[in-house]
This record gives sequence, C-alpha cells and structure tokens, in this order.
Amino acid sequence: MDVVATTVFIAIFAFITLLGFVSAHWRKGDMSQLHEWGLGGRRFGAWVTWFLIGGDLYTAYTFIAVPALVFGAGALGFFAVPYTVLVYPMVFAILPRLWVVARQHNYVTASDFVAGRYNNRGLALAIAITGIVATMPYIALQLVGIQVVVGGLGFPTGGLAGDLPLIIAFVILAAFTYTSGLRAPASIAIVKDLLVYVTVIALIVVVPIKMGGFGSIFAAIPPEKLPLPPVKDGNTGQISIYTTLAFGSALALMLYPHATTAVLSAKGPNTLRRNWVFLPAYSLMLGLIALLGYFAYAAGIDKLPELAPYFAQYKAQFAMPGLLLHFFPSWFVGLGFAAVAIGALVPAAIMSIAAANLFTRNIYKAYLNPDCSTEQETSIAKLFSLIVKFGALMFILFLPLTYAIQLQLLGGILILQTLPAIVCGIYTRWFDAKALLLGLAAGLAWGIWAASLTGFQTSGYSLHVGGLTIPAYIGFYALILNFAVSIVANLVIRVLGMANLEDATTAADYIG
Amino acid sequence: MSSDSSPRKLGVLQVILLAIPCIAVLIVPFFNRLEPSLFGVPFFYWWQILWVPLSSVFIAIVYRMTVPPGSGD
Repeated sequence: MDVVATTVFIAIFAFITLLGFVSAHWRKGDMSQLHEWGLGGRRFGAWVTWFLIGGDLYTAYTFIAVPALVFGAGALGFFAVPYTVLVYPMVFAILPRLWVVARQHNYVTASDFVAGRYNNRGLALAIAITGIVATMPYIALQLVGIQVVVGGLGFPTGGLAGDLPLIIAFVILAAFTYTSGLRAPASIAIVKDLLVYVTVIALIVVVPIKMGGFGSIFAAIPPEKLPLPPVKDGNTGQISIYTTLAFGSALALMLYPHATTAVLSAKGPNTLRRNWVFLPAYSLMLGLIALLGYFAYAAGIDKLPELAPYFAQYKAQFAMPGLLLHFFPSWFVGLGFAAVAIGALVPAAIMSIAAANLFTRNIYKAYLNPDCSTEQETSIAKLFSLIVKFGALMFILFLPLTYAIQLQLLGGILILQTLPAIVCGIYTRWFDAKALLLGLAAGLAWGIWAASLTGFQTSGYSLHVGGLTIPAYIGFYALILNFAVSIVANLVIRVLGMANLEDATTAADYIG
Repeated sequence: MSSDSSPRKLGVLQVILLAIPCIAVLIVPFFNRLEPSLFGVPFFYWWQILWVPLSSVFIAIVYRMTVPPGSGD
C-alpha cells in the first residue's frame, strides 16, 4: 500500500466529511421543509450553482469511463465532447422557464410540474418512476469510481476487507445527506471541483511534456483508431452512432432528476442563464480528460509490470488512475484519487436527494398520504434517500459490475422518453396527458426491447431503410417513436373531444 | 426571484445563435478527418474541443441580448 498517497487521500476525505455535516448550518433554513432539505432553499447564487451543477453532471464515473472509452474504442469514445457542447445552448433556452413556473407553484420535481401542467397524476407517476429507475444504477455506478481508486491505492480488493472502504464511504455519504440535504453536496462540490481541476490540469500539462508533446502522443496511436470509420456499403456505422449518441445523451442529461434538482436549487432564472455561459469550462476539462485515454494508450501503461495487474482487474477503467500512478509523486496520486472519490460522493448525494424528492412528492404524497404535513414530507424524503443509497450499495456489493453499467445505459434510454411530457409542457399545452402516456409507454417498451437484442451490452440499434443500414442510439429512435405515437394519439383525442384541458399553471408563469 | 427580472423572449436570431455551436459538433462527416492538425492534435479532436469555449461565447452573446443589465437573479 502506498502510505503517502493513502494518508493524503484519507485526510482530504476526513475534511469533506466534516464539511458535509457543518453545511447543515450554511444559510440556515427550516430543515423540516422539503424545499430546504431537498433544494437548499432555492437560494444558491451563481458561484455555488456553478460548482453544484458541475459537480453533479461531471461525475467520478465520467473521469474513469470517458478516458477508458477513448483508450479502448478510440474516436467513438470522444462523443462525450459534442454531447457536452450540445447541452448548454439547449438548456439555456429551456430550463430557466421551468425554474420560474416551479418557483411559482412550489414544484420540487419535474413530475410535480407535469402533474400540475396536465392535471394528471398518472403521467406524473410514470415520469417519477422512470426517473427513480434511471437514477438508481447511476448512483451504483458512482461506487465504481471509488472502487477503482481504492484499488489503485493498494488496498485489498477481495472479500469483506475489500468492500470495507466502499461501505465506509457510503455511510459517510448517507449520514451527511440525511442531516444536511442538498447543502452538503453543494459545499463539498466546491472542494471536489478544485481538486479535479488541479488534477486534470497537472495531467494535461505534465504527461505531454514527459512524452514529447501532443504530436508524438498521437503519432503513437494506430491511425485507423483516430477518425471514425467512414460510411461503407450503405452502412453509416459509427458516424450515425456518434451523432445520435451525443445528441440523445445531451437531451437525456437535462431530464435526469438530479439535473432538475440542481437547476431548481438556483436563486433565480438569471443565475441559471449566467451559469450556462460558464459551465462549458467543465466540458473543456472533460475534453482534455478524454484525451487522457490516448495518453495512456501511447504510454503503453497497461503493459508496464507494476500497472498490468490493475489493468487486468479494472481493464480500460484504469487508464486515468494509471497515468496518475505512473507519472506523479505519491502525494499527488492521493490528491487525484481523492478528487475521483469525492467526485463520486457529490453526484451520488444529489441523485439520492432527487430520487427522494420524486418518491415523496409524486408517489408518497400523491398516492399514499395526500394529507401529510410538510414535516412528514421531509422526513419521508430523508428516509427514502437512505433507502436509495442502501440499495445502490447492495447492488455493487452483490451483483456483477456489468449489471450496473448496462442498467445505467438503459437508464439513459428510459429517461430520454420523458422529454415530450416535460420539455413540450414547458412550451405548449397542446398535448393531452393520455397521449403523452401512450407515447411514453411506446418509447419505453421499444427502447427496452431494442436494448435486449444485444443482451443490454450496447445502446445501438441498426435501422434498415431501403438499402441503407443506419445504426444509432436506441434512445434516439425510441424518442422518435414516442413523439410519433404522442402526436397521433393527441390528434385522435382532440378530434374525439376527449382532451383534458385543465392546467394548474397560467400563461404568465412562462417567462423568457 | 426579484420582480424586475424580465428577460426578453428568445427570438429567431437568438435561437440561430444557440443552434450554431450545436450544428458545429453534429456535422460529423465534415470534421471526421485528421488534417489539418494543430500542435499535433488531429482535426477531429481540436475542432470539437474548440467548440467548447466557442459555445460559451455564443451563449454569452445571447445572454447579453436577452437579459437586460441589472435584471436581478
């Protein structure tokens, strides 16, 4: 075990644990209110929102998985970059409108909005369940980041001793989320992001210098790996996969419950708008992180005797931790690994809070106990956030890791199907809830079926049109089907005069 | 939310400005090539990374156009 790295790692971890508990007192509010515990009182200013959203969307798994994908698959793995370029122009237009209407009616989740907008609890329930199902494996996946770096520190990885660091990390996470709500990940995100920026900048400066510049790094990559394979024999191949994966993932990202939670916790719509201007700084970091996959490939670190055992165990996922171990002194390794581990806790906390908000508002309050007091509402949310995290921990401890990865891929496809109800609802009340529900059902069913064709291994589906074969992201095709069904069903419902036009919101609630 | 925050609606021009960075990274067949490279980084990679800060610039322009100065949070 590396003593120096481990000491630095544990010291930073102890610091953020303390920070997590203390932050309950930060801009103290009445913590028995759900919007205080679960949205930090909707009072986060521009800076905190920037760190919170950044810490929320760019997860530890991103730092591990993106270089791993580039390391293993080459150009296709780079889709994360266009994906994050696409996100912010879209959310700039869309999400400030959601913030205003959510504030007006004290909506805490996107499903709250759907319930009010369409006067339909069933559609809201379907969207809440989709959100929770998509979020659970995402939380589980955050643990993978912790597992990889704990293994990298030289801890034993098998048996109870191997699971212990993970269990400790999750107990800490559960405890500070329970007491401090969204304030905990918000304050920890600031520390986490600073550590991440330091680590990534060091990697991106030091490694190319030691390897003789970017030119020699790229020269060491087999040239056929560098671009996407061209269209061949009427098969658009990776080109259409790349495009739809980037576009579909960008749309899915803003629909994830943890994104909604972070967005609604901002102080106001202009705080958000300002944030979208500056959030691409994180994407720049992500683009550089993606290149790390090639650094690792060019350095051949998977073949070095001291690192080969790690690559045997963690495969390509060890690309980024491996670069740190190979090129940096122990104390910096500890710092970088701490950045990854804390980078797992922040989104895991926000995701569990988001799932808890959904359960409390759109399942518990909507169906089980409509007359619950605000205090009851908050304590149910706190309890459910514990259950969600416990479930994620069990998932990782007792099921093969590939399940979590496959379910997370599937989760992206599923969450994307909530787009017509949520995003269209922000602009128009043309759709009837029944039509949206039909479209959602069609999109979910087809998406799950298409993913099952490859045994949930990949998220691509090949469509054959005429003589063309167009492989693309399943979520994207499912969304097209979803829209088609919603539109046709809605026309029928309108013609039959069966549309429910009740709407708890008014035109004045939609600004910008 | 302060009462004087009254951003203007996004018009056609603003939507076009927001769409430009999106289109730039979606025209994959255009940038799926290795030359011209920049500091040894192939075109495919630097083109897409370049659009990250550029998307920021486009969003900032739209922000300036739609949010009047001093319009609160």
